[in-house]
Amino acid sequence: MIDQQYFDGLITTATATLSGEETLLAGAHTEDTDFARFNNAHVRQAGSITQTTVDLDLIEGRRHTQATVQLSGGVDDDHDRIASVLGRLREQRAFVPDDPHLIVNTEPVSTHHVGENQLPDRDDTLAAIADGADDRDLVGIYTAGSVASAFASSLGQRNWFETSTFNFDWTFYLRADKAVKSSYAGFDWDQAAFDRKLVDASVKLGALARQPIDLPRGEYAAYLTPAALDEVIGLLSWNSFGARAQKTSQSALLHLLTGQGELAPSIRISEDTANGVAPNFQEQGFMRPDEVVLIEHGKPVDALVSPRSAVEFDLTPNGAASDESPQSLAIAGGDIDADDAIAELGTGLYIGNLWYSNFSDQPACRVTGMTRFATFWVEGGEIVAPVNVLRFDDSIYNMLGSQLKGLTSEPEFVFDNSTYGQRSNGSSRLPGALLEAMRFTL
Amino acid sequence: MSTVIMTNSADTLATRFSNALPAGIDEATLRVIDEESEWLAVTRGTVEPVHSSFDSGAMVTVWANGGTGIAATSDLSESGLRAALAEAKRWAEATASRAIAVAPPGLAHSGSYTSPLEQSWDAMGLSERIDLLREVEDQLNIGDRIVDRRASLGRRTVRSVLLSSQGGEIEQTFHFVYPMLAATAAANGDAQTRTYGRGSFCGQGGIEVLDRFGFRDAAPRIAAEAIELLDAPNCPTDTMEILVAPDQMILQIHESIGHPLELDRILGDERNFAGTSFVTADMFGSFQYGSELLNVTFDPTVEGQLASYAFDDDGTPATRQHLIQDGLLLRPLGSASSQVRAGIEGVANSRACAWNRPPIDRMANLNVEAGESSLDELIGGIEHGVFLHTNNSWSIDDSRNKFQFSCELGQVIRNGELAEKVRNPSYRGISRNFWRNLSGVGDQSTFAVMGTPNCGKGELNQVIGTGHAAPVCKFSDIEVFGADQ
Repeated sequence: MIDQQYFDGLITTATATLSGEETLLAGAHTEDTDFARFNNAHVRQAGSITQTTVDLDLIEGRRHTQATVQLSGGVDDDHDRIASVLGRLREQRAFVPDDPHLIVNTEPVSTHHVGENQLPDRDDTLAAIADGADDRDLVGIYTAGSVASAFASSLGQRNWFETSTFNFDWTFYLRADKAVKSSYAGFDWDQAAFDRKLVDASVKLGALARQPIDLPRGEYAAYLTPAALDEVIGLLSWNSFGARAQKTSQSALLHLLTGQGELAPSIRISEDTANGVAPNFQEQGFMRPDEVVLIEHGKPVDALVSPRSAVEFDLTPNGAASDESPQSLAIAGGDIDADDAIAELGTGLYIGNLWYSNFSDQPACRVTGMTRFATFWVEGGEIVAPVNVLRFDDSIYNMLGSQLKGLTSEPEFVFDNSTYGQRSNGSSRLPGALLEAMRFTL
Repeated sequence: MSTVIMTNSADTLATRFSNALPAGIDEATLRVIDEESEWLAVTRGTVEPVHSSFDSGAMVTVWANGGTGIAATSDLSESGLRAALAEAKRWAEATASRAIAVAPPGLAHSGSYTSPLEQSWDAMGLSERIDLLREVEDQLNIGDRIVDRRASLGRRTVRSVLLSSQGGEIEQTFHFVYPMLAATAAANGDAQTRTYGRGSFCGQGGIEVLDRFGFRDAAPRIAAEAIELLDAPNCPTDTMEILVAPDQMILQIHESIGHPLELDRILGDERNFAGTSFVTADMFGSFQYGSELLNVTFDPTVEGQLASYAFDDDGTPATRQHLIQDGLLLRPLGSASSQVRAGIEGVANSRACAWNRPPIDRMANLNVEAGESSLDELIGGIEHGVFLHTNNSWSIDDSRNKFQFSCELGQVIRNGELAEKVRNPSYRGISRNFWRNLSGVGDQSTFAVMGTPNCGKGELNQVIGTGHAAPVCKFSDIEVFGADQ
């Protein structure tokens, strides 16, 4: 991967080639990634990836064009690539109209953050994983390495945010679809912490050995672990909290905004940049505040406003990326001790994970999806048996509204393990949710 | 237009690769991807910034001492390739003792492929492309109840060069076009969206792809239907027959035939993420997947379909194969290495989405073959049912059994005739039961060739395009419901 000096050098050189009327905005993503993929505790695929992409936005007046280019890491070659892209952008600009929604950050703030690289030796980690698997059927993926997000502009702004993290996302399988999912992520490998996760998964794996039961359709009390709640909230995050979706009636929280739906007064949702692992600037150089409160006391407060939406809908940008999805979403905890959650559930479903959620009625925020991994039937506050997969189909206004009994008191921090195109620096901080009733349909 | 990243000829790459090969390996491959794309959009009357993308990089794979190692780099110089090969060799050696053994491909043959191209993207100038989008986007603007509208057009040109230390050389060039239209109507706390096949009317080729599904003329109908749905009744709730249009069939094929037949899922590779499969290795050759009307092919030879190619990313020659014939399950979507692991014959479907992701078992073109019924015959044979158009929601369990899908638009069929349109049509079922309830298959006049541009799978995560073609199909005894159920 490249460092800040290299990136700044490219943009400084490019800036010198601009005409007097041009402005250049440049974002970058760079990473060095080691990965090892496991099946049945054996390595299926393993290797390393080095990549750097630069996003360029070349502006003259109100006309601009954009491009993304992969760098090679060779300094002369990369200067040539940036220069060639700028040439292409100028050629294209002759054919595009003014952009009424263009906005440039005119109050540049430069920042620099490079987290200490405390990553473990990869061979030691692979050995620890092999030892941890023992003779069990472990499947999953380990990724590790440094990742940086950057921004620079011809106006002099310079931002660099670099972290070095690992993420081991894994599952112990007992048989067929009976399995326990876990993850261990962070900045430095703590073998004792990993061992505790192995023990926890092993205990649940033991419970999965009991005869599974099929539950008929109907409504059941349920406890959603933070991981299960993350699946539902992840769906909402696609299009619910952004200004553009809300202003065009496409937010899944449409009924909350129109007063046709209600969330429980205990629900507080925020974009909590201060406590996440994402950079505090977005791709066009606008700074992110420490927190944007999205829902308070169950009522909508602010939306995530990208620069373009700010112009189009006459709002103030608040550091949202162009997709207006949260990067560091947090839900405030309640007053249930997580250790007491199963006892509080009494009789019902303990749901370790949900899966493949999607909207069955988006304007009404009705969501369907499946139970997955460790899901158990509980009676008298004790786990009785694993449950074969069930489909739920229920409204958020039930799940986090009229049927919400409470939230656990200590929200859990979850690193986003996604690697589409690049390793994510998103995260969430979520409690578990205890529901009086949840609707299952298949 | 000027060139941004100079592409290297296959000969140049072969020379650098050969010079950079380390000693003490069984085989190595080099897969180089050069990609250029352009994305245009007009949204709510505003031309969004033109966005172009220029990507170039390589993945090397080394087989050594019983292990396999991978390294991906964007440095295609000889020294860059040498460093990547050394890194891949280190990975092979470090993981050999606990690796799932995968034999080297022994790639020694050569070949090439280029997408069919009638009218190149550049034959239509940038201003002309923007004008077209402005025109069709404006046609979506038919009243105050249309609260969002968007017309977009994307193209990608991808060149792939696959070289092997055994002398193999495969070069393929793909031209993709992705047109899209969408209109959202809203009133009284409801919103309804209609789209141009929800992105499925894409394919290989040039500007001619726009005319395959009438992109230039579709906007007025799409906008009118979005408004019509606002006032339409909810889809009725009942067990009934359904008629499924090709732009919903593609999703049904993708989720409940394609993914469960991927051999890497059956082998367990995807259990931590994408999931497993209700299909097991012993079912091939004996399991009745659907009714006798069901014929499913893996067909990378369909001209202009999104995932047509001559070789997969391991270099295996790609040929048309029946996966399901007369309802009987015959073979999986399993690439050469998966076939060896499972001991089952498969297809050439080892595919990667980019140079920085390793190939895995993927759908390519997965098609339901046409039958013999006309559309009128299919509709006329339904006493109580609904005609389902254009997917807008999909969910299925990790074994690919219990599914629930929703569509943008439904139209009631009553006593053999099309009746009123309905909103929020959904249906649910279990894969094997669903396909066994296939009770009618449309003829060639109902057949459409499409694709799904964004299929997510794999660890590391990958998004890739898959092709699907289907006729209109009829299914019996299906649980159908609307938004209030």
